[in-house]
Amino acid sequence: MSTAVAGIGATEFSKDSGRSELRLAAEAVLSALTDAGLTPSDVDGLVTFTQDANDEIALARELGIGELTFFSRVPYGGGAACGTVAHAAMAVATGAASVVVCYRAFNERSGRRFGQPNPHLGGDPSSLGLEMSWHVPYGLMTPASWVAMFARRYMHAYGATSEDFGRVAVAMRRHAATNPAAWFYRRPITLADHQSSKWIVEPLHLLDCCQESDGAVALVVTSAERARDLPAPPAVITAAAQGSGPDQMMMTSYYRDDMTGLPEMNTVGRRLWEISGLRPSDIQAAILYDHFTPFVLTQLEELGFCAPGEAKDFIADGGIELDGHLPVNPHGGQLGEAYIHGMNGITEAVRQLRGTAANQLPGPANILVTAGTGVPTSGLILSRA
Amino acid sequence: MTTLHELAERLIAKGEGPREPTREPVNTTMIRHWTQAMGDRNPRYQGLDAVAPPAMLQVWTMDRESPSRGPLDDMLDALTAAGYTGVVATNCEHTYARYLTPGEELTYATRMTELTGPKRTALGEGYFLTWLTTWYAKDEPVGEMTFRLLKFRPREESSPTGKRKPYPLKPAVNRDTAFFWEGASSGELRIQTCGDCGELRHPPGPICPSCRSTERSYVRAAGVGEIYSYVVHHNPPVPGHDTPFVVAVVEIPEGVRIVGNVVDCEPSQVGIGMRVKVTYRRMDDELILPMWAPLES
Ligand SMILES: [Zn+2]
Repeated sequence: MSTAVAGIGATEFSKDSGRSELRLAAEAVLSALTDAGLTPSDVDGLVTFTQDANDEIALARELGIGELTFFSRVPYGGGAACGTVAHAAMAVATGAASVVVCYRAFNERSGRRFGQPNPHLGGDPSSLGLEMSWHVPYGLMTPASWVAMFARRYMHAYGATSEDFGRVAVAMRRHAATNPAAWFYRRPITLADHQSSKWIVEPLHLLDCCQESDGAVALVVTSAERARDLPAPPAVITAAAQGSGPDQMMMTSYYRDDMTGLPEMNTVGRRLWEISGLRPSDIQAAILYDHFTPFVLTQLEELGFCAPGEAKDFIADGGIELDGHLPVNPHGGQLGEAYIHGMNGITEAVRQLRGTAANQLPGPANILVTAGTGVPTSGLILSRA
Repeated sequence: MTTLHELAERLIAKGEGPREPTREPVNTTMIRHWTQAMGDRNPRYQGLDAVAPPAMLQVWTMDRESPSRGPLDDMLDALTAAGYTGVVATNCEHTYARYLTPGEELTYATRMTELTGPKRTALGEGYFLTWLTTWYAKDEPVGEMTFRLLKFRPREESSPTGKRKPYPLKPAVNRDTAFFWEGASSGELRIQTCGDCGELRHPPGPICPSCRSTERSYVRAAGVGEIYSYVVHHNPPVPGHDTPFVVAVVEIPEGVRIVGNVVDCEPSQVGIGMRVKVTYRRMDDELILPMWAPLES
């Protein structure tokens, strides 16, 4: 059974929402249902991230959803984003539920900030705590530092430079500058700004790191057939995939290979091409997870848009900007719009396919979306109906 | 007054000390106890024609009830008297000439080889003392051990209760990983090996991913390596660390990678391919972390 995203919704993106996370979740879900022309009583499934602090039943209580026949959570931080849609689509395709809402809500800037060191990361004798215990005692305990370790090796292997990473940040901020929903609306940066921004963890500057945001995003998934009868133009879920690689760890898979790639994203990419029958040349825009700039380059390579080590050339001269050979994150991504754990990228793909985006591309037919990098991850190809 | 280095020179010139006898000959009972304790199931060490595992070399001479006083004791006493009261082992390397067989009677003798210092270390200022012990079967040398320790003047880091402030970034330790941390506490870099197929593995775990065996053992890594990748942490501040600090992925010749801080040099001196050696840092009363320092040429 073919499935589709029939509705999208979000709160405003801010640094201090002033509201509880549960309220943000409820607002985003209501806005997505309104967009889809549905009501809470139509919903029979909910999917979110394992990291989300809002239980499905709490959200169902707030919105008066009533019965649920499907609920599921996707693990591994931002790697879950597209996975929520994959789970929802499977539930609809198998008949486990008919209308499934995917949501993510947090006060990531005004509440618990993922970028700050948490001394308890390595103290817990769970499998994750033990994994972290090989790194946290040495102060290697922030996402920026975990990614920086890969970035350094990538630079060494392929001759990429900090300026190459900076070009990603410049492109994202250029896109955000003309997106009124973006936190960095009307605030573009130059490569010189990037180079002079303070060190976070060498080789990463502050402007290599995405922002921190408060906000929520929700998406309504139902059958493509039902979506066609609803008011919003459907975004067909052409392919959805999850992937983890050999010897996978949470952002610290330093022990398995040459540390220049993202094998788990390769797995996701291979599945997306297999399921869809499409090739990179069939994709008109990509929404690539951009919590840190270096992994945008790596993703272009793992997904087959260019060869390993060649992303620095691919992104040169505006290659991933709105009029480049592959526009990436026309909304400005998480570097420019907001950090809602990748979920705001999926809504951007839907807007582009509907023709309603702030930085609208000329009639894209297929858009590829990815989720968190360095962790077990997921991806989607969404298509115009 | 003689300086520590003058004393060292004199003691080194004395050469090898007296040959000490051992209480028992190489014997199958001890071999069996040792291989069982270590989980070593090599058939070479079992049965009637068993030989002794070479790593047992020190076991045959561990009876220290009435050893005669040697040059080392004079050096250690002088260091203690000079205020270098702390002691930590830093290196231990064995060289084996041949297998030993049950019934062989061994003797051993020690010579002091080097005193370096004073050097600033994370534990405090101290001297590195190195000696060489040789084991003999009759007059044939059958094995050697180079041993180095650090005698240091403990830093004034104690709280009023006499205890160090607890280090805030403690690792979680469970029965699969305890051997590594116990090794670090005794100055050994232990890398898990599979008791069946022999595959080395770091970080360790309960099952061998190659052959699914649950028989685990470990090897003591030589303690040298090469930087494979590294970062310099600036922001945000991290508990227990002064910024900037360096963390590296180190590739060791045994064939695995391990993560640790790079110390005893400026962050700007660190690079991929840099040769490093392990060094052990006491973080509080409970935790010693293996770290990496530039390998002096
Ligand atoms: Zn094995």
